[in-house]
Amino acid sequence: MNIKKMYSKSEAVAGGGTSGAGTETPKGNRAGTSKPMKNPFQSMTWQKAAWIISLLILFAVPILVSKNSTLFMLTNIFIWAVFAMSYNLLLGYTGIISFGHAMFFGIGAYCFALMARHIPQGELGFLFAFGLTVVICFLLSLVVGLLSLRLRDTFYALITLAVATIFVIIAEQWRTMTMGNDGFNFTAMLSRDLFGFIDLLDRQHVYYIALIFLVSMFVVLKRFIDSPVGRTLQAIRDNEDRVSSLGFAVLNYKLISNIIAGVMAGLAGVVYAISIRFVSPDSVLGVENTIDVLLMTVIGGVGTMLGPIIGAGVVEVSSHYLMGLSHIHPIFERWVILFGIVFILIILFFPAGIVGTINQKLRGKKKEGAS
Amino acid sequence: MDTSASVKSTDSLQGDERNSERNKIIETVKLTKSFGGHTAVSDVSLSIFDKELKSIIGPNGAGKTTFFNLLSGQMKPTSGEIFYKGNEIQNLPPHKRTKLGIGRSFQITNVFPTLTVLENVRLAVQAKHNIHYSMFRHYKYYKHLEEEAYQSLEKVKLEPKAEHLASSLAHGEKRKLEIAILLSLDTQLLLLDEPTAGMSVDEVPQIIEVIESIRDQRDRTIILIEHKIDLVKHLSDTIAVLFHGKKLADGSPEEIMNNDQVQSAYLGGLYNDAED
Repeated sequence: MNIKKMYSKSEAVAGGGTSGAGTETPKGNRAGTSKPMKNPFQSMTWQKAAWIISLLILFAVPILVSKNSTLFMLTNIFIWAVFAMSYNLLLGYTGIISFGHAMFFGIGAYCFALMARHIPQGELGFLFAFGLTVVICFLLSLVVGLLSLRLRDTFYALITLAVATIFVIIAEQWRTMTMGNDGFNFTAMLSRDLFGFIDLLDRQHVYYIALIFLVSMFVVLKRFIDSPVGRTLQAIRDNEDRVSSLGFAVLNYKLISNIIAGVMAGLAGVVYAISIRFVSPDSVLGVENTIDVLLMTVIGGVGTMLGPIIGAGVVEVSSHYLMGLSHIHPIFERWVILFGIVFILIILFFPAGIVGTINQKLRGKKKEGAS
Repeated sequence: MDTSASVKSTDSLQGDERNSERNKIIETVKLTKSFGGHTAVSDVSLSIFDKELKSIIGPNGAGKTTFFNLLSGQMKPTSGEIFYKGNEIQNLPPHKRTKLGIGRSFQITNVFPTLTVLENVRLAVQAKHNIHYSMFRHYKYYKHLEEEAYQSLEKVKLEPKAEHLASSLAHGEKRKLEIAILLSLDTQLLLLDEPTAGMSVDEVPQIIEVIESIRDQRDRTIILIEHKIDLVKHLSDTIAVLFHGKKLADGSPEEIMNNDQVQSAYLGGLYNDAED
C-alpha cells in the first residue's frame, strides 16, 4: 500500500515537472489497477480484438479457400512458424545461436515417417511418433546442451552443427531404414480415419492440425517467456555474467531453454511430415533448414513472439510466388537470388526485423507521448 | 554472541574493540591471482569482521577489483584460500556465492540493457526469493517481487524511471540501478566496487546516504572500493590498502592516514593518478 502511494506521488511529481496539468487521469487509472505499469488499456482491448479477428479468419480460411495449394502453403507457414519460434527461443530470448537446430526437426519428421511406414494402426503410430520425438529430442538437447553450453557460445554453435551433421549422415547411410538420400514417400500409409475423424490426406484436416498446433505452441511459449524462468533467460541474453552474480545457475536455464526449443522443433518436424508426406535428409535434416529458420527469425524480428510467424510467412510466400513466376521470365527459376534481394530490402528498412522494428517505433512513440 | 554485542554498541566498533574476538565473516589466506607473468593480487591475507564497513583503497592497478572478482567468484584464484563464515569458497561459482550471501556491484556498469529498470531489479528480488525454476506461472503472479523492486528503486531515487529501458539511462542513473540491484539481493555481505564512480556531483550524496544508512543499521557487512578519500575516511570502520597487488596496511582510518608507508606509496600515487 505504502509503496503504491509513494509511487503515485512520485509519478505526480514527475508529471508535474513536465506538463503540470493533465496528470490526474493516468494516476487514478494506475491506482485502481495496483499494477505499477504504464498500460494503455484501450490498446490492450484493441489488441485482443485484433487477435480474435485474425484467429477467426485463419480458422475460416479452409471454408473460403478451396485451392489445395493455398492451404498447403499456409499449413507449411504454420509449421515453419513453430520451428522458427523454437529457434527464436534460443536466438532471441536466450542469446545462443545454433547451427544444428534442424536435427530436432528432422528427428521429428523421420519419427513420424518411420512410424507411418512400420506401424499399420494409424493411431498407435501417430501417438508413438509424438512420444518418441519428445523423448529423443529431450535427451538429445539435454546431452548436447550439457556438452556445450557451459562453454562459450561459439562452441554451442559448432557442436550443434557437428551433431546435426552426424544425423544427416545416419539418415543418408542407413539405407535399409531411411532409404538414404532419396528419402521416401508414405502417402499410401497415412490413415484416413485417425481416431475416427481425422483424414490425414485431406488438406483441410491437415490445415487445422497445423493451425491448432501453432496456436497451442504459441500459447505455451508465450506462457514460458512470461514465467520467471523466461524472464531470467532474457536477462541471460543481455548479460550472462550478471545473471550468475545474482545467484542464478545460468547453465540450468540455458539447458531448460535448449530442451524446450529442441522438443518444440521436434514436434514441428512431426507435423511437417504429416503435411508433406515425404522425408529425405535434405528436406528435413540438412543445415539449410536451420539457415531457413534463422532467416525467418531475423526477418520477422529476433526476440519477439510474432516475429518468427511473420518471418515464416514472408519466406514461404515469397519463395512460392517467385518460383511461380518462372513462366514469365527464366530468371525466376533462380528465385533464391531474388529472395536475397527481398532479404536485403527487409534488413535495410526493418533492421530489427519486421515485428521488432515496428515494436521499436511504437515504443518510441509512446515515450514521446509520455514526456 | 560477540556480534550481537557489537550490533548494540554501534559506535564503539572503531578502536580497540575492533581487535577483540569478533566473528570474521570473510577471510582470505595468501590469496594470489596471476595473469600470465603479471601478479594482480599477491599473497593477500585479509580478515573482514561481521557488520563492519571495510574500505579497500589503492592506486589504479593495485588489484582491488581483481580482489573483488576473487571474492565474488568471477575469477578463480591462482593460489590461496577464501573462507566465508569459516567455509572454503574459492572454488564455488558466482551464483553459489551469491546464494551464500555475498552480493556485489560492479565498477563497470553491468546491468541488463534491453530490460526495463524495474525488471532489472525485479530479477534480483526474484533471485533473493529463490524463485528459480517456476515456468508455468506468469511472472506477475509474484506481485510482491515488483513491490519490493520498487522499494529498492525508491532507495536510490530511481522509481520515476521504472518503466524505461536500462539502456536509456544516463551513466549516473545506471550506477544507481546497479546499487538498487545489489540492495535487492539483500545479502549479508555487500561488495561495492566504486559505487560513485562517474556520478555527477549532486548524485554522489544520495549514494553516500544509502551506504551510510546500510552501515548504520549494523545488520550487514560492507566492503567498499572507493577512490574518494574523504568519503572513505568518513564511512569506514577499517581500511585496507592494496599496492601492486600486495596488502600494504590494514587498520582504522586514523592509523591508515598516519601510516608513513601509505602516505608515501599510496597517497603519493593517488595524486599522480588524479592528475592524469
